[in-house]
Amino acid sequence: MESTLDIFIKAIFSENMIFAYFLGMCSYLAVSKTVKTAVGLGAAVIFVLVVTVPVNYLLENYLLKEGALEWLNPDWGVNGASTIDLSFLSFIMFIAVVASIVQLVEMLVEKFAPALYGALGIFLPLIAVNCSILGGALFMQDRQYSTILDATAFSLGSGIGWFIAIVAIAAIREKIRYSNVPAPLRGLGITFIITGLMGIAFMSFSGIKYGKDEVKAKTVQSDDTNNINP
Amino acid sequence: MSETVKTKAPRNPLFSKKNKKLITDPLTDNNPVTIQVLGICSALAITVQVEQGVVMGGAVLFVLVLGNLIISLLRNLIPSRIRIIVQLVVVAALVIIVNEVLKAFLPDVSEKLSVFVGLIITNCIIMGRFEAFAMANKPWPSVMDAIGNGLGYAGLLILVAVFRELFGSGTLYGFPIFGDYIEGNGLYSLGYVNNNMMILPPMALIIVGVIIWVQRSRNKALIEEY
Repeated sequence: MESTLDIFIKAIFSENMIFAYFLGMCSYLAVSKTVKTAVGLGAAVIFVLVVTVPVNYLLENYLLKEGALEWLNPDWGVNGASTIDLSFLSFIMFIAVVASIVQLVEMLVEKFAPALYGALGIFLPLIAVNCSILGGALFMQDRQYSTILDATAFSLGSGIGWFIAIVAIAAIREKIRYSNVPAPLRGLGITFIITGLMGIAFMSFSGIKYGKDEVKAKTVQSDDTNNINP
Repeated sequence: MSETVKTKAPRNPLFSKKNKKLITDPLTDNNPVTIQVLGICSALAITVQVEQGVVMGGAVLFVLVLGNLIISLLRNLIPSRIRIIVQLVVVAALVIIVNEVLKAFLPDVSEKLSVFVGLIITNCIIMGRFEAFAMANKPWPSVMDAIGNGLGYAGLLILVAVFRELFGSGTLYGFPIFGDYIEGNGLYSLGYVNNNMMILPPMALIIVGVIIWVQRSRNKALIEEY
């Protein structure tokens, strides 16, 4: 069984949204020209992921999953509610939740934290159609995390992983202006190739061993520490 | 739909030069993936095998054509403040249809594509074409535009998948090309080894980078200033 910390670390490094699944590539390529805007977008992605994934988790477990409507059964006088399977509706529900929460967050931030709005504001509407947000919800559904804490840890980890990726590529793109890239590769082409090389570097994190069952014989550590086998 | 076409037909034939251009442009010099940089999100992860690329390309083509048609028909009814939500609902409904059909008829592929079918909803090509074309044009040109962009996307997907499957697992669409790897006959008896690197995600990015490189050195007009 994976601990919450395992899920968190895994989401940042070995299952990084950008390098392992290419989610959110469109905004990753479009908004990574300078570090400053990249930091803004990255922070907005972390924020929205952490808010939407737990909400979608509740939706999945109390409304959509097969048998999720069981809570209707005894108290509300509905019979056979535990056999209802609404999971075919999950795409439309998830995207509606994401789009409306993004709108809501935008309004709340504008009202209560104008300074933050100045930094994140222009990126928030972009995020409703960022694949990594919907991807977070769909991976959460696919992997069936057992508690809402695990789902939140996964969303925070994915957000941080995305943040690291976009800030790193933005820093590299700022510096690459000074080097002599072959003309046809300039801009988009070299960005793709660098992202590929960064992805290869990130693959080395897949050597991290998660979970405690397989490594019982190794040094016993405290509950939340994962074993790293080189 | 048919009415609009009829009233339009005498002035502007269905396959006029302008309409044809809408289809052919995205295939080459205005390719959605390599030039407009849209839809890369879901494009790369599923190009390990040609079969997945074909299914994904077909799914996106279907969603894009019907979505563009629906949005184009509704374009005067959608208030511009809530247009993103309306567009998302239309795409989501179409993607649910695709997902259920795939689950029923191609369960293996559906299993492999897993979350990436759902991610068609946020595929930037679809939202991009809705915003840039369907919201401002009549249904028939919108359908043409959708077919062009869908084919451009599918074509690139299949191209990347051909390289990755051929060099990564030595097969094409599941058929062995270089002989049987496990039995070690064919090319493998000469000591040829599959390049496992090709199956890993980063190689998809590098292959797309190289395709962009080749395309832009052939057409100098596409070269970017930093």
